[in-house]
Amino acid sequence: MEHSHEPQVTVLPPNKEKIKKLWTVAGILGIITAIEFAIAFSVPHGTFKTFVFVVMTIVKAGYIVGEFMHLKYEAKVLFWSILIPMIFVVWMLVAFVYEGMKISDVHF
Amino acid sequence: MSHSSTAAVSDSEQDVWNGGVSPLNASYGKLMMWFFLLSDAFTFSGLLVTYGLVRSAHKAYDGAVEAFTFSHAYWPIPERVFDAVPFLHGVSLPLVFVGIMTFVLIMSSVTMVLAVEAGHRMDRAAVEKWMLWTILGGIAFLSCQAWEWTHFIVGTENGTTIKEIVNGEWITRTIYGASLVENQYGPADFADFFFFITGFHGFHVFSGVLLNFLIYYRTVTGMYDRRGHYEMVEKVGLYWHFVDLVWVFVFTFFYLV
Repeated sequence: MEHSHEPQVTVLPPNKEKIKKLWTVAGILGIITAIEFAIAFSVPHGTFKTFVFVVMTIVKAGYIVGEFMHLKYEAKVLFWSILIPMIFVVWMLVAFVYEGMKISDVHF
Repeated sequence: MSHSSTAAVSDSEQDVWNGGVSPLNASYGKLMMWFFLLSDAFTFSGLLVTYGLVRSAHKAYDGAVEAFTFSHAYWPIPERVFDAVPFLHGVSLPLVFVGIMTFVLIMSSVTMVLAVEAGHRMDRAAVEKWMLWTILGGIAFLSCQAWEWTHFIVGTENGTTIKEIVNGEWITRTIYGASLVENQYGPADFADFFFFITGFHGFHVFSGVLLNFLIYYRTVTGMYDRRGHYEMVEKVGLYWHFVDLVWVFVFTFFYLV
């Protein structure tokens, strides 16, 4: 194919501040994962450990969705229409795990 | 981006139902991607919630971690199942390999968001560079997963010997690795959920790599320069970050807890 009239494109210089912020978020994600690793081998199995892991996972998810996927800066209606259904899903997870524990109590 | 600027309403009396206004200040494509991702999140939630129910309904292993052995009587401790690393045969390195996989996927998410940033500036060369890194990260992750699955399916050298009643008689039998029917690590459900959850996620990574390659190809051929904006990079970027997001949850609920 021949493009005799390629469009005139103005390339803007890199947004240093924005790029720095993205790398900061990447660093935070890396550090949290490293801490999760440390906890996996130093804290005994139990409810406390699970709780800590879940909290750290939600923090990581918040950074990915908020910063990388830019949801934090979208219209508030869009933000809440994504978040509210997911809050119900978290409740569903809690309810079903609790249900499973009761089944386990009956069986064992 | 360019959509919202063309949609600027000069006359405040304009009828919002007659077009020209972007609902939620997002372009049609981005909004649809968000809706799709929400529905996809429901699918993954369905898998993870079922996993949570079934796992908590099984007996948990309550002995010391060091004394752990594989048995069909209780749910295995993931760190004792996933403790192999390529080229280090026989060395027990719990969760190291899956940690590397997590790192690879997070890094490819970072390079993706850098490609999106370059797209905002119409910087074709930078978009090409970061898209290539992202594709590379995706392929690296898939390769790791292929190895992980192979190891999981083939199993350990000695397998697990079980005693069971067949036709009224006790027999001993050794199981190697895993299938959907039974596995050497624990209850059949354990391997089933492993295959379904990581498999479904892996398929998302695979289709993500294909989409990333398409975007890369169209960038190289100058399609987005002619179009005047790089919004496609942003939309596929949303999908790619979602794939990373799901892995964060799989990592916690399947490997750490």
